[in-house]
Amino acid sequence: MIPLSYYVTLSAVVFFTGLVGVLIRRNIIIILLSVELMLNATNINFVAFSQSLHNIAGQVFVFFALTVAAAEVAVGLAIIIALHRAKHTINVDEFQLMKW
Amino acid sequence: MQPDWFPWLSILIFLPLAGAGALYLAPERHARTIALATTVLDVLVALPLWWLFNPSSSRMQFVEHVAWITSPPIHYSLGIDGISLPLELMTAALMPLCVLVSWNAITTRVRTFMAVLLVMETAMLGVFAALDFVLFYVFWEAMLIPMYLLIGVWGGPNRLYAAIKFFLYTLAGSVLLLVAILVLYFYGGRTFDVLALSQVTYPASLQQWLFLAFFAAFAVKVPMFPFHTWLPDAHVEAPTAGSVILASVLLKMGAYGFVRFSLPMLPDASQAMTPLIAALSIIAIIYGAYMALAQVDLKKLIAYSSVSHMGFVTLGLFVMNQQGIEGAVLQMVNHGITTGALFLCVGIIYERTHSRLIADNVGLAKPMPRYATLLVIFALSSLGLPGTNSFVGEFLVLVGTFLWSKAAAALASLGVILAAAYLLYMIQRVVFGVALPRELPHLKDIGLREFTILLPLVGLVFWIGVYPNPLVTRMHSTVTKTLETMARTKVAPNSHPSAAVVPSVVSSGQTENGRP
Amino acid sequence: MTYELIPLLPLASFLILGMFGHWIRDKAHLVAVPAIVLSLGISILAFFDVAGGHHSTIRLYTWLTSGMLDVHIGLSIDRLTSVMLLLVTTVSALVHVYTIGYMQGEPGYARFFSYIALFTFSMLMLVLADNFLQLFVFWEAVGLCSYLLIGHWYERQSAVAAATKAFVVNRVGDFGFMLGLLLVFTTFDSLDYATAFANVGPATAQVMNILEPVGGSFEVSTITVICLLLFMGAIGKSAQFPLHVWLPDAMEGPTPISALIHAATMVTAGVFMVARLAPLYNASPAAMSVVAVVGAITMVLGATIALTQTDIKRVVAYSTMSQLGYMMMACGLGAYAAGIYHLMTHGAFKALLFLGCGSVIIALHHEQDMRRMGGLKDRLPITYWTFVIGSLALAGFPLTAGFFSKDDILVSAWAAGPLGQVLSMFGVLTALLTAFYSFRLVFVTFWGPSRVDQQHAAHVHEPSPTMTVPLVILAVLSIATGYVGIPEFLAPVFEGGDGAHGGGAMGIMLLATAMGLLGIGGAYYAYVLHPSLPDRWAHQWRTAYEWSFHKWYFDEAYDRSIVRPTFTVAVELWKRIDVAVIDGAVNGVARAIAWGAWFLRLVQSGQTQHYALGMALGAVVILTLLMVM
Repeated sequence: MIPLSYYVTLSAVVFFTGLVGVLIRRNIIIILLSVELMLNATNINFVAFSQSLHNIAGQVFVFFALTVAAAEVAVGLAIIIALHRAKHTINVDEFQLMKW
Repeated sequence: MQPDWFPWLSILIFLPLAGAGALYLAPERHARTIALATTVLDVLVALPLWWLFNPSSSRMQFVEHVAWITSPPIHYSLGIDGISLPLELMTAALMPLCVLVSWNAITTRVRTFMAVLLVMETAMLGVFAALDFVLFYVFWEAMLIPMYLLIGVWGGPNRLYAAIKFFLYTLAGSVLLLVAILVLYFYGGRTFDVLALSQVTYPASLQQWLFLAFFAAFAVKVPMFPFHTWLPDAHVEAPTAGSVILASVLLKMGAYGFVRFSLPMLPDASQAMTPLIAALSIIAIIYGAYMALAQVDLKKLIAYSSVSHMGFVTLGLFVMNQQGIEGAVLQMVNHGITTGALFLCVGIIYERTHSRLIADNVGLAKPMPRYATLLVIFALSSLGLPGTNSFVGEFLVLVGTFLWSKAAAALASLGVILAAAYLLYMIQRVVFGVALPRELPHLKDIGLREFTILLPLVGLVFWIGVYPNPLVTRMHSTVTKTLETMARTKVAPNSHPSAAVVPSVVSSGQTENGRP
Repeated sequence: MTYELIPLLPLASFLILGMFGHWIRDKAHLVAVPAIVLSLGISILAFFDVAGGHHSTIRLYTWLTSGMLDVHIGLSIDRLTSVMLLLVTTVSALVHVYTIGYMQGEPGYARFFSYIALFTFSMLMLVLADNFLQLFVFWEAVGLCSYLLIGHWYERQSAVAAATKAFVVNRVGDFGFMLGLLLVFTTFDSLDYATAFANVGPATAQVMNILEPVGGSFEVSTITVICLLLFMGAIGKSAQFPLHVWLPDAMEGPTPISALIHAATMVTAGVFMVARLAPLYNASPAAMSVVAVVGAITMVLGATIALTQTDIKRVVAYSTMSQLGYMMMACGLGAYAAGIYHLMTHGAFKALLFLGCGSVIIALHHEQDMRRMGGLKDRLPITYWTFVIGSLALAGFPLTAGFFSKDDILVSAWAAGPLGQVLSMFGVLTALLTAFYSFRLVFVTFWGPSRVDQQHAAHVHEPSPTMTVPLVILAVLSIATGYVGIPEFLAPVFEGGDGAHGGGAMGIMLLATAMGLLGIGGAYYAYVLHPSLPDRWAHQWRTAYEWSFHKWYFDEAYDRSIVRPTFTVAVELWKRIDVAVIDGAVNGVARAIAWGAWFLRLVQSGQTQHYALGMALGAVVILTLLMVM
C-alpha cells in the first residue's frame, strides 16, 4: 500500500504550489487556475483519508467540492471578462482602485 | 410639598425636544418664533421650581423614577437639589436670550439651527437633573453633537478646526468617564443610581484611578489648566448663541461633575488630590488673567477670562468646606450670567462692525450709550466689583480657601487685581475714547430686541449682588449633606497602606476656623 | 426719624437721574440738590441725637449666610460716624450746587449728577457701616464712582487712562484689604465691628507664622498682620506712599469731583478706616508705627513735589496727598481724634481750594497752567479772597481751623514717644514747605502782571453765584471748624488714644506757627519781590528741582518695573507657552495620530494579492499558535 503520508505530502505540495501561484502570478487566469489547484489538493486529501479511514464520506465530499469548484470557475471567468472589458488588461497589478 | 404626581422635570427637559420636532412640522419662516416660544415656555415651567423648592430639605426634590431597563439596571431617574436647582434655572433662562440674539445673525438653515439649539437645551437640562449615571452619560454625550454642528456649520472661518478640536478633546475625556462608570457599577453593588453609589466606600487605590478618570472628563470640560486650549478656538469660531451656551452652561457641566460625582463618591481621592487641583486652579486664575491681558480679539479675551473665573470655581469645590462649595456653585451661576452677557454684548457689536478685534471696536460710548453702559456693568461684574454678583461668589470661595490655606487664598486674590487690569484695559479702548470714522455709520444703539436680551441679565447681576441670601440659603442643606456624605464614607479596611485618613471636613467652618 | 434716609436719598437721586437722565437733562440739579440737602438736614439731626448720647444702630437686612459666616447690611451712628456724615453731606451739597455753574451746558450734565449722587450714597454707607464686609463693599463702590467720574469726559484718552490707573492701583491696595478681611473672619469668627472690638484682648496673644508656605518660621502677632493688610487698602485709597501715583492723574476729572472725592471724602476713607478700627490698631504697636511712618513719608513726599508743579490742580492734589499723610501719621501715633479733626478741617479748606481752582479755570476758559495766569486778584475778588483764606488754613496760619488741627497733630505727635518726636519734627518741616507752596500758588496765580492768554484776558470775570456762594461758605467753615470742639467731641470714641498735651505743647505750636509764617514770607519774597529768584534756584539746584518736578520718577519707575513687564509677560506667556507648548501639545497629538495613520495607510496597497498574502500568513500564524498551545 502507498502510505498515507505520501498522499498528504502530495496534497500539501500541490496546495502550496497553488497558494504561491495565487500570491505571485500576475495573470488573473493563472491565478484562477492556481485556486483550482488548491481545491484539487484538498480533494486529494479527502480521497486519501477516505480510503485510509474507510469512511465514504470523504469521497462524497469530493463531489461537493468539485461542483463548487466548477461553479466558482464559471463565475470567476465571468468576472475576468468583465474586468477585461473595463480595463483591457488581465494583469492583476493594474486593478488597485482600493489603494488608499 | 411639591406635587409628586406632576412630572416637572420631564416636562422641563423634554419640552425643547418637542419644540424641535414641532419646528419640522411648521414652515421654515416660523422657525424662530416657534423656538422662542418653546424656550420662553420652558422658562415658565422652570420658574415655579424656585418657589416650590424646599430649602430646608437636603433630599432630592421633584424626583421621578421609572425602571427603564432592568438588566443592567439603567433607570430613568431625575431629581434636583440645592446645587442643581440654580444651574437648571440659569440654563433655562439663558435659552430664550440665545434664540433672540440669533434672530438676525443666523441667515442660513435657520430651522436646523433652532432645532439644534433646542436639542442642546434638552441635553443640558437633563445633565443637571439626571440621577442615574448612565442617563447622565447619555445627556452628557448628547450635548456634544449639537455643539459640534453649531460651531462647524454656523461658525467663523476656522470653524472646522475648532469644532473637531472641541469634539475630540471632550470625547477623549468622556470615554474614560464611561469606563469609570462601569467600574463603579461593578464595585458599587451593580447599580447605576448616583445616590446609592455615593454611599458606598471604595478602596483608596481604586478611588485614585476613578478620580483620574473622572478628572479626565471633567477637567477638560471646565476647562482646567492645562486642558483649556480648546476653549479660545471654540469661542472665537462659534456663533454668538453657541458661545453663550458654551460659556454659560457647558463649562458648568464639568464643575457640576466634580461636585456631584468626584467629591461625594471619591472623597478620599478628592482629599488627596486637593493640593494638586488647588494648584492647578490658582494657576488657571492667574495664567488665564495674563492670557486675557494679551488678547486683541474680544472673544478670546472673554474666553481666557472664563478660564480664570472657573479657576475660582474648582478651587472653591476642592477646599471642601461650606463656604468654598457654596461659593463655587454660586460662582457657576454668576459666571454663567456675566460671561453669557459679555458674549451677548460681543455678538451685538459684531453684527454691526463684523469684527471681533478690539482695534475695530473703539469709542462706543458716544454713538451707543445704552450699550456702553450695559457693557461696563457686565465688565465690572466680571471683575468682581462688590455690589455685583461675582463678588459674592468670589468672596465665598476666598473665605473657603482661606480656611484651608492662607497662602492659597493670597495667591488666588492676585487674580482680583489682574481681572481689574484686563477688563478695564478692554473697556478703556472699547467703550471710551473716540469711535473710528469708518465704523461710525454702523454704530446704531441697541434696540428693543437687544435690550430685552441684556436687561434680565443686568437685573440678575444686581439682584444677586445686593441680595444674594435667598439663592445661597437654597444651597445650604444640600452642601451640608454633601460634606457629610464625604465624611461618612471611610476608607475601606482592605485598602492600600498609603490610604488617606478620614477627612474631618464637616468641622471646618463650624468649629475650627483654621486657627494657626 | 429714620436715619436710613441719609444714604437712601442720594441713592434715589442716582436711580432717578440714571434712568431718566436722558429726558431730564439740564434740569438734573432739581432732583439732585434737594436730595442731598435733605440728607444733610437729617445728618444734622443725627449729629444732635448722637451728641445727646444716643447711639443708633439699624439692621437693614441679611446679606449672606454660609456656615459660620453671617453678614448683614446695617447702619451704626456713633460720634465718629456722625461727624463724618456731616462732612460728607456738607461738602457733597456744596459741590452739587457748585456743579450747577461749573458743568452748565455740558452734554453729560445729568450723568455727572447721577454719578456724584451714587458716590455720596456709597461714601455715606461706608462711614455708616457696622461690619467689615460692608465697609469693603462700599470702599470699592466709591472707587467705582471715582473711576466713572475721573473718566467723565470719556472721549479724552488721558482721562480714561487716569481712571483706569486709579482703579487698578486701588485694587492693589484692596488685595491686601481683602486678605485682612478674611483674616479678621478667621480670627474673630465674625465680620462685625462689635464682635471684633470686644474680642481684641484675647486675640492679641495669637501669633501666626507668615513664612509657613515656604517652609520658614517668622512669627508675627495676628492682629498686626490684620492691621497691616487692612492698611494696605488704606494706602491705596488714601494715596499714601507707595500707592499715591493715581491721585495726581485723577485731576483729569472735572474740578468739582476733585474737590469732593479727591480732597474731602473718598481719599479720607483710609484715614477714617484706621480711626474706626482704633481698637484693633491700638492692640498692635508695630502696625501703628508702620502707619505713622508711611504717613510721614507721604506727608514729606507730597510737599516736596508740590513745590515745583505748574498745574494748579496738581499743586492742590499733591498738597492733599501731603495732608493725608499728616492725618495718617497722627492716627499711627495714637492721636486718632487729632487725625479726624484735621480730616474735617482739611475737608473744608481743601474743597475750597479745589473749587477756587475750578473758578479760575472756568474764568480763563479751561486754563490750568499757572504760568499763564497772574493778575487775577482784582478781576476775581471773591475767588481770590476765599482762596487766600483756604491757603491760610492750609498753611496753618493762626486762628484758622487748619492752624488748630495741624497743631493738634504736631503736639500729639510730640507727646507720643521718641518716634512721635522725630515724626513731629518732619511735620514741622513740612509745615514750612506747605506754607511756601500754597502761597507760591496764590502769588503766581493771582498777583503780579497778567500772563493770561490775550484772547481770554478781556473776558475774565467772576463766575455765577452758584459757584461763588459755596466758596464763601467753605471759607467760613475753614475758620469756623476750628472752634467747634471736634477733638473733644471725638475723644470718648478713642479712649486712651488721643495724645496728651504735655509741656512741649506751647513750644511746638510756636515753632509750627513760625514755620508757617516763614513759608508765607519766603513765598512772598520769591514770587512777588524777586520773581526771577525761583528760576535761579531751580537752575542752581537742578537735580533736586528735576526730582521734585518729575514727582520723584515714581510713575516712570512703576511703568518700567511693573506695567510694561506685565504686558510683556502676558504676551510672551501667550505666544510661548499657550500657543507653542500647550496648544502645540494638543495639535501635536493630532499630528502624531495623523502620521501614524499615514504610516498604517501604506498597508492598503489596493493589490488583491497583498491582501491574500496577509490572509495566508494570518492563517499560518493562527495554526501555529493552536498547535503550540
